[in-house]
Amino acid sequence: MFVSQHGRQLENNEKLGVVQMKLLKLSAVLLTLILLAACSANPFGTKEDEADLQSGEVAVEDRNAESAGIEGENADGSDLGAEAQVVVGEEEFQGDELDDPASPLSNRIVYFEYDSSSVRQEDQETLAAHAAYLGDNSNVTVRLEGHTDERGSREYNLALGERRALAIRQILMLQGASINQFEVVSFGEERLAVEGSDESASLQNRRVEIKYVGR
Amino acid sequence: MNKLLYRVIGFLVLLLPFHAHAVLTIEITGGSEAALPIAVVPFSDEGFAAPEDISEVIRNDLARSGRFAPLPKGDLISSPHEKAEINFSDWRLLRSEGLLVGKVSSVDGETYQVQFQLFDVYKSEQLIGKRYQVPASGLRRLAHQISDLVYETLTGEVGVFSTRLAFVTDMTASDGKKRYTLEVSDADGANPRSVLQSKQPILSPSWSPEGERLSYVSFENGKAEVFVQEMRSGRRDSVAAFKGINSAPAWSPDGKRLALTLSKAGNPEIYILELATGKLARITHNSQAIDTEPVWMPNGRELVFTSDRGGRPQIYKVSADGGRASRLTFEGRYNASADISTDGRYMTMVHAANGKFYIAVQDLTTGTVQILTKSGYDESPSFAPNGRIILYATEQNGKGVLAAVSVDGRIHQRLGESGSDVREPAWSPIRK
Repeated sequence: MFVSQHGRQLENNEKLGVVQMKLLKLSAVLLTLILLAACSANPFGTKEDEADLQSGEVAVEDRNAESAGIEGENADGSDLGAEAQVVVGEEEFQGDELDDPASPLSNRIVYFEYDSSSVRQEDQETLAAHAAYLGDNSNVTVRLEGHTDERGSREYNLALGERRALAIRQILMLQGASINQFEVVSFGEERLAVEGSDESASLQNRRVEIKYVGR
Repeated sequence: MNKLLYRVIGFLVLLLPFHAHAVLTIEITGGSEAALPIAVVPFSDEGFAAPEDISEVIRNDLARSGRFAPLPKGDLISSPHEKAEINFSDWRLLRSEGLLVGKVSSVDGETYQVQFQLFDVYKSEQLIGKRYQVPASGLRRLAHQISDLVYETLTGEVGVFSTRLAFVTDMTASDGKKRYTLEVSDADGANPRSVLQSKQPILSPSWSPEGERLSYVSFENGKAEVFVQEMRSGRRDSVAAFKGINSAPAWSPDGKRLALTLSKAGNPEIYILELATGKLARITHNSQAIDTEPVWMPNGRELVFTSDRGGRPQIYKVSADGGRASRLTFEGRYNASADISTDGRYMTMVHAANGKFYIAVQDLTTGTVQILTKSGYDESPSFAPNGRIILYATEQNGKGVLAAVSVDGRIHQRLGESGSDVREPAWSPIRK
């Protein structure tokens, strides 16, 4: 009965992310356990039910140690816990805002002039939106990936990519984000967006990509 | 039985063209008027086919060095293999100053005896002669050793034919993803073998002074980290994996320290890492600038590095104990990726002009700068250990290839390649 209810909910929510699916499965399992617990005196309770319940109780403690490892596939209760539901639920709410294609948050790449780490005027709105979002959601982290075009020394470009990523971090921090919300990595010219060294390719390669961690 | 053996060999030969290794071949695209004429007579092989044409390998080595002009094979008037067979006046007519002859014979199926003699044609006397016994697998290496002896005897300088090259290749695999390989080849580009394969970028290989270890940057853990790998055992250790960039390793001349770039303090700075203890000494303190690409002066007391502290990347020198850096490059708005010749006299670097990148050499005594290349896409120069040739990365038909230029700019070579992009060359030290 719970399984079919679970399935119907999924159909009605085509846009649900994987996280929420897992949450639903968890909810179903949790309901099962609550019902089983309420009916512990029920003569229909079998040995199998008791085993499930027991493993569920044991695993509730385990869950705290590894809440990120939620699978929710098996009804052994190992992933159960009210705290997990709260955390996962918040992430789902954030996802909607970040996934809105009309939002400036949907811009995740800012571009640079040659050998420069100065932010262009047209990217200010994008960065302001990301800064505000990070300021409002202090548990969210982003990975800033700095890149360069393929001209010049690879090692210098590796440093230049980091300088660009740090420049973006600085702007986002000045506008409300905090330093522990960032991971900074540079790939220099090792991961070109577009192959080639003409100006149009180079323009697309000189960039910082803003990647929301866990999405 | 023999038929079966031939079938097996035939099968193996069929497999060869599909071998994934990049094959580097050398083309000489320029010549030198100052090259010394030398006659390399094909070694006698007593009727059997040796697995390597030793005299041909030597001939190519000498030609490629730019210091010698081997006579065309068709001009050789006779084929002596030892002194008794030589008529020196014939060779003087050909204006050949040196004459190299030799023999290869089979001791048993596995071992070969090789002998060579080098003569001064005008004095009619032997300069050097040696005899060796080597397994078939050692013939090519022996040929390079003989080239070194000929080169050293006639020029008085160290030969580099027995050295190796390290370089990085990348290719797109059938799954559409990049594969990066760190390869080591003979100095002529032959016999490339992969020493590291990764799905993540590899860059900046640097040889230890004894030639037994390579340090390099690998992104295998998601960001730039520095590794040291032993060539014989394949053992590899992470030596710098701090927060931020870990890159640009360069071995000290005593092999005990690595100069490298770390941004763990928030900005790329030059550090020296003592390998035995892991102790770090910070050399540069310029929080606004990029400081990177350190290389050691041969005296082990100074470092040369790239910095944009003056607004644009230029090359500076600083004491290995730290302190104030002095600027070395003043021509052009962009100079980077320095390498220093083993005698400390020359610095090669990437020099940009009008948005194009060239290999240049600067005489550190006089400050004179000479631009050596033309393509405009040239990078990563690396001196041969005798300081005569500079190996670098360039582009040909949109593909990364290796090329070499003599330090006087007269001899240009290209190491042709198939399939992969090749870059980040590093010329090994002399084998000791």
